[in-house]
Amino acid sequence: MSIFDKFRGVEQRLAELQAEGGRNPFSVVIERPLSSTVGIIEGRETLLFGTNNYLGLSQSPRAIEAAVEAVKARGVGTTGSRIANGTQSLHEQLEQHIAGFFHQKHCMVFSTGYQANLGMISTLAGKGDYLLLDADSHASIYDASRLGHAQVIRFRHNDPDDLHKRLNRIKDEPGAKLVVVEGIYSMTGNVVPMAEMAAVKRETGATLLVDEAHSFGVLGANGRGVAEAAGVEDDVDFVVGTFSKSLGTVGGYCVSRHPELELVRLHCRPYMFTASLPPEVIAATMAALDDMQAQPELRTRLMENAARFHEGLNSLGLTTGRTVSPVVGVVLETIPEAIMLWNTLLSLGLYVNLSLPPATPDHHPLLRCSVMATHTSEQIDRAVEIFREAMARLPASA
Amino acid sequence: MSETVQDVSALIINKLLANPKVPRDISGASKIVEDLAFDSLAVMNFVMEIEDELDVSVPLDRLAEIRTIDDLAECIVSLKKGN
Repeated sequence: MSIFDKFRGVEQRLAELQAEGGRNPFSVVIERPLSSTVGIIEGRETLLFGTNNYLGLSQSPRAIEAAVEAVKARGVGTTGSRIANGTQSLHEQLEQHIAGFFHQKHCMVFSTGYQANLGMISTLAGKGDYLLLDADSHASIYDASRLGHAQVIRFRHNDPDDLHKRLNRIKDEPGAKLVVVEGIYSMTGNVVPMAEMAAVKRETGATLLVDEAHSFGVLGANGRGVAEAAGVEDDVDFVVGTFSKSLGTVGGYCVSRHPELELVRLHCRPYMFTASLPPEVIAATMAALDDMQAQPELRTRLMENAARFHEGLNSLGLTTGRTVSPVVGVVLETIPEAIMLWNTLLSLGLYVNLSLPPATPDHHPLLRCSVMATHTSEQIDRAVEIFREAMARLPASA
Repeated sequence: MSETVQDVSALIINKLLANPKVPRDISGASKIVEDLAFDSLAVMNFVMEIEDELDVSVPLDRLAEIRTIDDLAECIVSLKKGN
């Protein structure tokens, strides 16, 4: 038996995917971004509706300038982990900036958002503890549950009553209970009913961690996310998030009012055993955070754009998630239909993400779109029009 | 608590047979992934339904050890006894 035998199923599935439309949907190359909303793909100018760049800040002139200055002054990398030689003054400045933004005292910065979830959840919920996860949790949260050795219990997606019921079942068991929810779920765009989840936390005495990866910079009057929008920030023990969505850079963070977060630094393997963020990324992230705070109108425009796109797709008879958010998941019935539609959209100059089961909820394929504050109304209307044209080209059997 | 492994196994099989895609000839010895062609997500979602029926939560680490319908029934009975 070959060590590669286990990959044969994926190899066959990939071949089938490509047979449907010719492209490998997992290796689309954006040859060059022309702006935050347009890039060159397959030599064509293509509208970008699948990049998570919600505020368009990946192209922020201020962030670009800050990165250039930092790299000239400090070099391109740190060559070490945060607990060894990889902490520079910039890392501490960024942690102070992020903590201050969230009105919290403590912040840890990670090299990616994935590592922030992996590290925080696996370190907080250890052997003998209970970890309660929304059934639609991101892969980083499921992976954390395997690294941490806690007993892992799933509750029904966005269902506070189900969470309450499951916490009740284990109320007399020893061990801490950590509940993990996401602000905006990355596939469907569903927003967590945060006030109700916080009420369950208060009633049961559980600890609450919110992953604001897709809601940071998007929800709340100041962009602090779903907990701010729902007015329950005091009930949240840990906020985790990423810089790679709204801030357009890379990296992750956790903020907390608990001083023990400083001890987590010395127990958290995905923090301790990886190289820290390079200085240019830190500098760009701080500049993008300043941009985000200086331009609250970006959030208003983003939600207006999300509503316009959501409504446009629904008017074509497409099924999307229930709530309007910058993540718009178009639910399709069959995988061949999803592959053909995705391929046609790209050929017509619209890039969205193709998401296939079992990585999607409910076994339905999704065309996962994301809207930006920097999209113009004309670009949104054009994207909807491309969807209309692509659907008209589908064979009747698809 | 009066459920035996046989009771729980029968309940699981009944629930499974409600799904027309599941083969008709399943038994307690049927392997959930191989014989029922369930992927990991389908297994987790199906177990949630059984959990609601029997008012029990099966931690995911326990689920990893389960191969057959009887294994699942044994696990649930053991959890209900507090083990």
